[in-house]
Amino acid sequence: MSTTTAPTGTTAPPVAAAPPRRARKGAGLALVAWLAGIVFFLPIAWMALTSFHSEADAATNPPSFAAPLTLDGYREFFGAGGGASPWPALANSLVASLASTLLVLLLALPAAYALSIRPVRKWTDVLFFFLSTKMLPAVAGLLPIYLFAKNAGMLDNIWLLVILYTSMNLPIAVWMMQSFLAEVPVAVIEAARVDGAPLPMILARVVAPIALPGIAATALICFIFSWNELLFARVLTGVVAETAPVFLTGFITSQGLFLAKVCAASLVVSLPVLAAGFAAQDKLVQGLSLGAVK
Amino acid sequence: MTATTTAPPLASASARTAHRPPDRLRAWATRAPLLPALVFMIVVTQLPFVATVVISFFDWNALYPKARRFTGVDNYREVLTDADLRHSVWTTVLLTVAVVLASLVLGLVLALLLDRRFRGRGVVRTLLIAPFLVVPVAAALLWKHVLYNPEYGLLNGLLHYVGGPQPDWISDTPLLAVEASLVWQWTPFMMLILLAGLQSRDQQQIEAARVDGASDWQIFRHLTLPHLRRYLELGALLGSIYIVQNFDAVFTITSGGLGTANLPYTVYQTFYQAHENGLASAAGVLVVIGSLVIATFALRVVSSLFREEASRA
Repeated sequence: MSTTTAPTGTTAPPVAAAPPRRARKGAGLALVAWLAGIVFFLPIAWMALTSFHSEADAATNPPSFAAPLTLDGYREFFGAGGGASPWPALANSLVASLASTLLVLLLALPAAYALSIRPVRKWTDVLFFFLSTKMLPAVAGLLPIYLFAKNAGMLDNIWLLVILYTSMNLPIAVWMMQSFLAEVPVAVIEAARVDGAPLPMILARVVAPIALPGIAATALICFIFSWNELLFARVLTGVVAETAPVFLTGFITSQGLFLAKVCAASLVVSLPVLAAGFAAQDKLVQGLSLGAVK
Repeated sequence: MTATTTAPPLASASARTAHRPPDRLRAWATRAPLLPALVFMIVVTQLPFVATVVISFFDWNALYPKARRFTGVDNYREVLTDADLRHSVWTTVLLTVAVVLASLVLGLVLALLLDRRFRGRGVVRTLLIAPFLVVPVAAALLWKHVLYNPEYGLLNGLLHYVGGPQPDWISDTPLLAVEASLVWQWTPFMMLILLAGLQSRDQQQIEAARVDGASDWQIFRHLTLPHLRRYLELGALLGSIYIVQNFDAVFTITSGGLGTANLPYTVYQTFYQAHENGLASAAGVLVVIGSLVIATFALRVVSSLFREEASRA
């Protein structure tokens, strides 16, 4: 650990090198941080390793760390053993997540524009209305939505989920995009307008370059929340429109030796979220805290 | 809200001239981009809730639709006096408080560790975020089958090495089992928020305190902690909002058994399995009232942070 970069710095005014005790403490804390990271990651690492073990090797006590690797767990999960194939569920999840994210962007972008670049009157009140809908527990509206879907013949229909996921993510997206669009300097937009640039050109040349990374992060976070959702999907879908999390609930009751299969399933279903999450890592906090933390 | 201080010149100008048609047209043109999102949210989130409140005043079992009748507040009386439902209220409180507090404390420790520069800090950060990025059902399955399994789960496997006991985690301590899996998933969330808080500290002030001879503990106690207060509040409140609504972990790990049914699970069960629409709605309304209490505080914290950001900009 280099003493020059340590933010803890030195107690005494400008001393060339930190006292050795401080350096040793820094190294100790770095070790603790590494240990914590490993402990938190251990269940995931173990899940990955187990998914490549045979069922017999996965179910031993003490655990077999060095057992031979195999793809059997994945083959089983993808239906080689005669079980239901997860592909329709994965495809449904993909459709629901992508379509709802797209719809969220279509609705949130103009809304964020009207809340930041050309704000309407009382724009903070509107912003807080969006936020307050997020605080209403989803379970409270579930029954009327179920009854409506049943009467309208929309049960087991993936597009109903698309609409519900859009409403679930729209407040987050409006908040995030409002904060990203607010970073676009108004003076630049005004200057472009004075120069006679039409609105589409201002949006494309001035606003988009500054706001695009934020928009991408917003989209990734909306994708994650839609992909993860279980309660609505569980209640409102059946055989046709079931999503990947609903498919996973099939593993809740034990089915004999099936650990490798469960691990393979959990990992495959989580992969898109892990990928999207790491891609959006830098903006993750801002999204999760609804733009309150930057 | 003082955040509107940036808007008044615009707002008052349009208010003064609102009676002239062209200006009114312009006001609507400004509003137009907002309307689709606003109307969508009102229709999809507010109307169903109004319906829930209405249904909660009816005695309505979906299996006997003809017997539906208005019963006033009977459903609420039943929800509040029913031992199982009361228990699920208590479970919800316990679950939320335990998970939020534990993940907040752990998250604070991890954020403090990560706030220092050291070799591989980026890697450790990534390792720590990972649990939050496992699909909740998958995470619950992982804990239920792969970690907690009494015969060949990883926890008992590791205990085996040190000759420890071999408990049946889920049967022995069901609520704690659910809580542990949720703490594992939510600690990264708290850590990220608190880390952002730590990194927005005034470094000059800390340096000045250090030059004046303040110890690490004094700096933490008198500078860092007060600065973090609102980030801690924000983490606690947002965490509460999500965990009060938790369904996935309870549904997956214990299926609501062994006294772990929280309110969302109970609402789900009351209408999806018992078909008691009226009762489920009353319970749902109670969940909302509970959330509104938290939400009021949450909105206050968010708006104060928001104001600070606006005044800084």
